[in-house]
Amino acid sequence: MPGQPFVRSHMLPERAPPATAAGPLLWLRENLFSSWFNAILTLLSLGFVWYVLAHALPWIVQSSWTANSLTECRQQIAASHGPGTSGACWAVIRERYLQLIFGFYPSRLYWRPILAFGLTLAALAPILFPALPRRLLWLSSTVPFLVPWLLWGGSLWLPVSIALGAVLGYAALRLVTPLAGSLAGVIAAGLVPVLWWLFGAGPATGLLQSALPLAIDSVQSRAFGGFMLSITIGIVAITCSLPIGILLALGRQSDLFIVKTLCVGFIEFIRGVPLITLLFVASLLLNYFLPPGTSFDIILRVIIMVTLFAAAYMAEVIRGGLAALPRGQYEAAAALGLDYWKAQRLIIMPQALKISIPGIVSTFIGVFKDTTLVSIIGLLDPLGFSNAIRADTAWNGIVWELYGFIAALFFVFCFAMSRYSMYLERKLATEHR
Amino acid sequence: MSDPSNARDIDRSRMAVRDEVAIRIAGMNKWYGSFHVLRDIDLTVHVGERIVVCGPSGSGKSTLIRCINRLEEHQSGSIVVDGIELSSDLKNIDKVRSEVGMVFQHFNLFPHLTILENCTLAPIWVRKVPRREAVETAMHFLEKVRIPEQALKYPGQLSGGQQQRVAIARALCMRPRIMLFDEPTSALDPEMIKEVLDTMIALAEEGMTMLVVTHEMGFARQVANRVIFMDQGQIVEQNAPEAFFGNPQSDRTKLFLSQILGN
Repeated sequence: MPGQPFVRSHMLPERAPPATAAGPLLWLRENLFSSWFNAILTLLSLGFVWYVLAHALPWIVQSSWTANSLTECRQQIAASHGPGTSGACWAVIRERYLQLIFGFYPSRLYWRPILAFGLTLAALAPILFPALPRRLLWLSSTVPFLVPWLLWGGSLWLPVSIALGAVLGYAALRLVTPLAGSLAGVIAAGLVPVLWWLFGAGPATGLLQSALPLAIDSVQSRAFGGFMLSITIGIVAITCSLPIGILLALGRQSDLFIVKTLCVGFIEFIRGVPLITLLFVASLLLNYFLPPGTSFDIILRVIIMVTLFAAAYMAEVIRGGLAALPRGQYEAAAALGLDYWKAQRLIIMPQALKISIPGIVSTFIGVFKDTTLVSIIGLLDPLGFSNAIRADTAWNGIVWELYGFIAALFFVFCFAMSRYSMYLERKLATEHR
Repeated sequence: MSDPSNARDIDRSRMAVRDEVAIRIAGMNKWYGSFHVLRDIDLTVHVGERIVVCGPSGSGKSTLIRCINRLEEHQSGSIVVDGIELSSDLKNIDKVRSEVGMVFQHFNLFPHLTILENCTLAPIWVRKVPRREAVETAMHFLEKVRIPEQALKYPGQLSGGQQQRVAIARALCMRPRIMLFDEPTSALDPEMIKEVLDTMIALAEEGMTMLVVTHEMGFARQVANRVIFMDQGQIVEQNAPEAFFGNPQSDRTKLFLSQILGN
């Protein structure tokens, strides 16, 4: 009845929800059989999953691990599971897995890439998980110089003099910034190490090496291959593309016309060109432009190209995060007296990167999988190797087993990255706790 | 609008206006493109003054106080804050900004940092105060705005009124000599306006120099020693609050007051 006056005499206490609001039966009804149409879809999907597993699982299990060729595989499977059975020939993986992982890297030196991989994981750990002791960051700063030395070998003084370049860059930053402003400082910090690496590092290494010889067996880039190659290219490109992408994104937003134009030009050019073109440039064209006699390592060239490619995409992903930040955040930082770089580092970037995590990780995953493109310019990554193995008369005709193995290894890495990004998003969520 | 009838008594013992000049604006003009936002602004603010700036929306009142800490750039005339002239010299700008606290309409707390980190960030990174001392100062001011128990929460977990009080504490942690308020209560629910105004009154009682853009005429009556009315980018009228509300001179002021006071 409308309009009847009402006054509550006492307030209602809080009560627990009814017991029917939980339990497995309720879950089944709500998620699988909420209506007759959804029930049919559920049954159809279950049928499809059953169909796929019923064919795939026997193939995976009824397999041969010991044969030395595809024909021998088929004979073994027919002998043990009856003629006409189709089964997987995992023997090819058993025979070739070392090649698929290490390429032609000398087998007595396998410990070096394994140690390098372990060191890399240890160096990434304190960056990925802030709960770990901060002292581990010292390891993180030495590993970038140590790992290439472990992989390629040679004089210990080369990584030392390359690390010296980074120290010089830092010194330039600290010296120039108070004299000529922070932009000049950043430029000097970029320029000084590059000049050192181009002209100073080589002679310095030679000098130190002749004074105190410290070297391990060197391994040529030709011997690199398999997953070791993919992981090397992938990890370097991923870790370098993030900071370069941040700088490009900031440059694109800059008020300085030339900086802005250069950044926009770079990003649009790289994004407008397929990666495979850049790889061909790296493998073929660069030789024409470099002075004759310079040996510019092919893997290094490829890494640079993949990094630049990833950085251009990264810049756009981060620009999206920057655009999502309200203007008030910039103003509040400025009103407190924070200068541009401090505001970026403490206020803007932590929030922009957090917003961009899904996009950043997608780019990382994309870059890691794109490393397989190097097989087209003749580097023997896992795909390049799989072609070589399939061309072998013993294994001619094998497809699923090889590609399945390669796919499984790539999946492990990509799935780990994806899970980590979800962990990070949950950890950084400060809105509804 | 807060009701002046429930206002508490204000302790005026430390609210003296001194001869020392805090801000001097002379012949200042500003354009957005070809739109003339601020026209020939002359304004001298003495240390200890509480000035309320009011006016219809689009009158340039927010732009005026945002020029004082250079969130907006003026194109002609001069602004001298605490003896430092605002020019394009970045060092001067950062110096002025660290002496002038600002409170925004939408609080603008940093959502990725806790309340305590919001308050200690600028003292640590701009003033180079040791962390422990910065934390002590922050807790001192969080107690002043009566939310020390929220120190470890994130801004998203606080109500609007609490967030705005944190924003005031954050500005105070830099020990500013001047405080600017840009419509500090406009984005708040009515029941939260009072807690923020009380915090501002307590600040005025300590003798802080304040410039407040607001529509809270109750606050202007109680706390301000001067009310400035702006329209179309210029100062139309300024007077002591009793005279401003009791006997407005300009027709524009009369019209504005009749609209905002609703009778």
